[in-house]
Amino acid sequence: MSNQHDAHDHHAGAHAHHDEGWFKKYFWSTDHKIIGFQYMFTGMLLALVGAFMAYVFRMQLAFPGQAVPGWGLVSPGQYNMLITNHGSIMIFWVAMPVLIAGFGNYIIPLMIGADDMVFPRLNRLSYQLFFISVLLLIASLLVQNGGFGGAWTAYPPLSANKDFNLTPLGSTLWLLAVAVEFVAFLLGGINFIVTAMNARAPGMKAFDVPIVVWTIVIASILFMASVGPLVAGAVMLLFDQTLGTSFFNPNKGGDPILWQHLFWFFGHPEVYVVLLPAMGIVAEVMTVFARKKLFAYKTVIYTIIATGVLSFFVWAHHQFVAGIDPRMANVFTVTTVLISIPIAEMCFVYIATLYGGSIRLTTPMLWALAFMAEFMLGGVTGIYLGSSGADIFFHDTYFVVAHFHYTFFPIAIIAVMSGVTYWFPKMFGRHLNEFWGKVHFWGTIIPFNGIFIPLFILGAAGEHRRIFDYHSFPHLATPELQAMRVFATVSLVVMLAFQPVFIVNYLVSMFRGKKADKNPWKANTLEWTADSPPPHGNWPELPNCYRGPYEYSVEGRELDYWPQNEKA
Amino acid sequence: MLERFLPAAASYAGDVDQLVWLVTILVGFWFIAAEAMFFWLIFKFRAKEGVKAQYITGKEKHLKQWINIPHGLVLLFDVFIIIAAIRVWVHIKQTLPPPDRTIQVTAQQWAWTFTDPGADDSLGTADDVHTTDQLHVEVDKTYHFKLESKDVLHSFFIPAFRMKQDAVPGRIYTGWFKPTQTGDYDILCAEICGIGHGVMGAKLVVETAEERAAWLQAHAPVVEEVASTEDVATDGASTDSTSAAAGQQ
Amino acid sequence: MKPIATTRSSMGIATGKLAVWWVLVSEIVIFGGLLASYVMNRLAHVEWGDQAAHTNTWAGAFNTFVLLTSSLSAVLAHQAAEKGDGPKAARFLYMTCLGGLVFLVVKGFEWAHEIQAGFVIQSGGFWGYYYTAAGLHGFHVLAGMAVMIWVASSAKKNQDLHRVENVGLYWHFVDIVWIFLFPLLYIAK
Repeated sequence: MSNQHDAHDHHAGAHAHHDEGWFKKYFWSTDHKIIGFQYMFTGMLLALVGAFMAYVFRMQLAFPGQAVPGWGLVSPGQYNMLITNHGSIMIFWVAMPVLIAGFGNYIIPLMIGADDMVFPRLNRLSYQLFFISVLLLIASLLVQNGGFGGAWTAYPPLSANKDFNLTPLGSTLWLLAVAVEFVAFLLGGINFIVTAMNARAPGMKAFDVPIVVWTIVIASILFMASVGPLVAGAVMLLFDQTLGTSFFNPNKGGDPILWQHLFWFFGHPEVYVVLLPAMGIVAEVMTVFARKKLFAYKTVIYTIIATGVLSFFVWAHHQFVAGIDPRMANVFTVTTVLISIPIAEMCFVYIATLYGGSIRLTTPMLWALAFMAEFMLGGVTGIYLGSSGADIFFHDTYFVVAHFHYTFFPIAIIAVMSGVTYWFPKMFGRHLNEFWGKVHFWGTIIPFNGIFIPLFILGAAGEHRRIFDYHSFPHLATPELQAMRVFATVSLVVMLAFQPVFIVNYLVSMFRGKKADKNPWKANTLEWTADSPPPHGNWPELPNCYRGPYEYSVEGRELDYWPQNEKA
Repeated sequence: MLERFLPAAASYAGDVDQLVWLVTILVGFWFIAAEAMFFWLIFKFRAKEGVKAQYITGKEKHLKQWINIPHGLVLLFDVFIIIAAIRVWVHIKQTLPPPDRTIQVTAQQWAWTFTDPGADDSLGTADDVHTTDQLHVEVDKTYHFKLESKDVLHSFFIPAFRMKQDAVPGRIYTGWFKPTQTGDYDILCAEICGIGHGVMGAKLVVETAEERAAWLQAHAPVVEEVASTEDVATDGASTDSTSAAAGQQ
Repeated sequence: MKPIATTRSSMGIATGKLAVWWVLVSEIVIFGGLLASYVMNRLAHVEWGDQAAHTNTWAGAFNTFVLLTSSLSAVLAHQAAEKGDGPKAARFLYMTCLGGLVFLVVKGFEWAHEIQAGFVIQSGGFWGYYYTAAGLHGFHVLAGMAVMIWVASSAKKNQDLHRVENVGLYWHFVDIVWIFLFPLLYIAK
């Protein structure tokens, strides 16, 4: 047992155990931290691919028909391929791996005081499957006839029939990539759930678990309970594509709308699958830097559960005008608008947490606060789309695009940045440079609003999605609207130009940054009691837990924090 | 708010616009209140030398009110929004006022074809007028449209009418609109339908009874002239031609 | 080298068993989605009943019997494992596997017969679901057998006996799925 060994002579032990060669250490490891890094770095690399795609199609929209620097002329087929894969990559290969698998792997065992996940080899297998899905995805972009271009929702018959989509190989590989990715996350999810349920430190009761662990576990359960029908649907669509079955083929007794139900039964909970971990990260960061106990911890957990349960009953709001029974729309309007109740409650509680605090605007805190500020706009604009009457107009316009980017960007970028900067000292034992961290923060947040606020207006003007050039629509090709498209594109280019600041700062700080001690932020949760970075096995002796995670500024104590593992 | 960017040219366009206003006011209130509170708290409770944060669990009654009361109000506002949304929805999608005229709208990769019932106002007769990429309707008349698709999903979207409906192959959907303002408007395809999705538009002409009569006269079907549908599919949708394409069904 | 985490049990349920239950949750929704799609479509298409009339109810019934019997031997294997009798548990597991094998062989004859008669997966709405649902289930039978042989080989040496119960749980689930498939695909005509 390595842990007992480490207990005797920690440094020597660590070396003896880690002299395994570079490949074994970083590619074949079962250490949850290494697997977390694998997910996180793969996700971040793919984020660059997704961002490049956004750059190409935004340039095409701003300057239609002109060669895009770094790409060339954008054909309609390429445009469809770019938007489809931008969406697929950002959700399935960036938000999911980084937020759930990346942070989940890295922080769950550390936060609950365990030495690893309960099934380390299953964990490794999960990443390997994920990696295969990445290869399949990249292959789908490079094959003959180009990548799949039927939108990330892949509605049949367009996605099912090669005579309609003209990308036989690309669509099949794309679908396979998504299906393999689901299996990878199912394996990972089981691991997260069981680890958090069963491997907690002695003394850690359910309500002593940090919010971020709760959110990742509930997100995993949501994912597991919602993805099944789509896994079955993916098999059916694959058969339709390759064998010529007729599950979704209306000419042979199939039903194309069925896919939409299977897809959105997963697709809507999926939004909360990525939202919840983001809210969790923000809860950790806000409490630490406001030096405050989370306002009503249990309420937060109940709102998380309520959101999760409700999210299973809202899916058809994506299909109001898709040809479903119009009476169904009324039911789904009620459920959809009602989801604002737990989400609003959650936002109120987070805001209330600031009350009476002692707020330090460090880089992670700036990101966390920005998450709240931006996400609220994403949240309220969702009400327009949930209101069936208004959605008749707004459905599939740029208003929708702007709305979900105001939710997904805060989730997949802002909250991730908050987590990355917050746990950076733990991960690498060094501090991230604050000055350049803040430069990157402002250089990302300001242009972000510059990109998407014009898109709300364009959507209100009736601009519909997935069009490579608006010249065919005289009312949308006016100079005023075109100016807004240019503004959005320029904002995007500015935002992308600020990203190297982060990459350089990240890499330089990783090797040259100021050394960090075990607990640089003076935080309570257990990961801060391990070394920075923690060795394989995390602690020489696993910690016990004596209290909840948010006991900051307790009256009568000299210190304004009270680590969970400190006896009395 | 929408009428700032788009003319409201159908009887129910105003209802949608009012609903959008209502939602804007109700959620706008919460958005501004929440953001204002948020930034004020950040400013008020910024870290100060020697001032320790307070220990608040969230169970204190006088503080909990600040969550509970807004929470109840959100629920109340939600009820208003739901009622207003469903009223508009039922009016547009769940009721079918008796039609003055019924047209047929057929979507295919990547063009819209329309069948006007012609002078006898009934579909399926010899004087039906088939047009591609142009739809002529008469102002202040209630129209039913029978929407169908020949291949993949499309979506029949007229922004000026605030009207949108997906066309599903294998199904015929019946909807309605009543134009109230003459003019030329865009018809768009709002559901991705392949590489030609970006050019799948059509022109909607709302005109007076006299103008329509003149148009009908000029486009009375030429018997025997059969344009094959393949031609329509391949030569793209940007052609503004009005052809007598027979054999639609 | 197992991590300490694996040996912990904050919930009072063994870690492996807890994981199997979660695997079953994810499997239930996969089969649930497929079968719900099938049932909704079946209700909308009366003519699928004529297609279903060509399935062999007796072969299906026999297979139901075989699977139920194999579940019984899985229970007996669990009992033997509880008593610490590894070799006996392994023997019962092999018997369970044999049941799975018989099931697959019968299934193979059935399919061969149907394909010869011209009813393939492309033949229409019902046949698509018939082959997909039964195929997915057959794949689970096969996977269950593979895992069982692996568990039995260590149970024989009295190692990891707790796994006998876990694989049994999974086998019961496979059995229950078939109990749904049989009436939906064979009896409803």
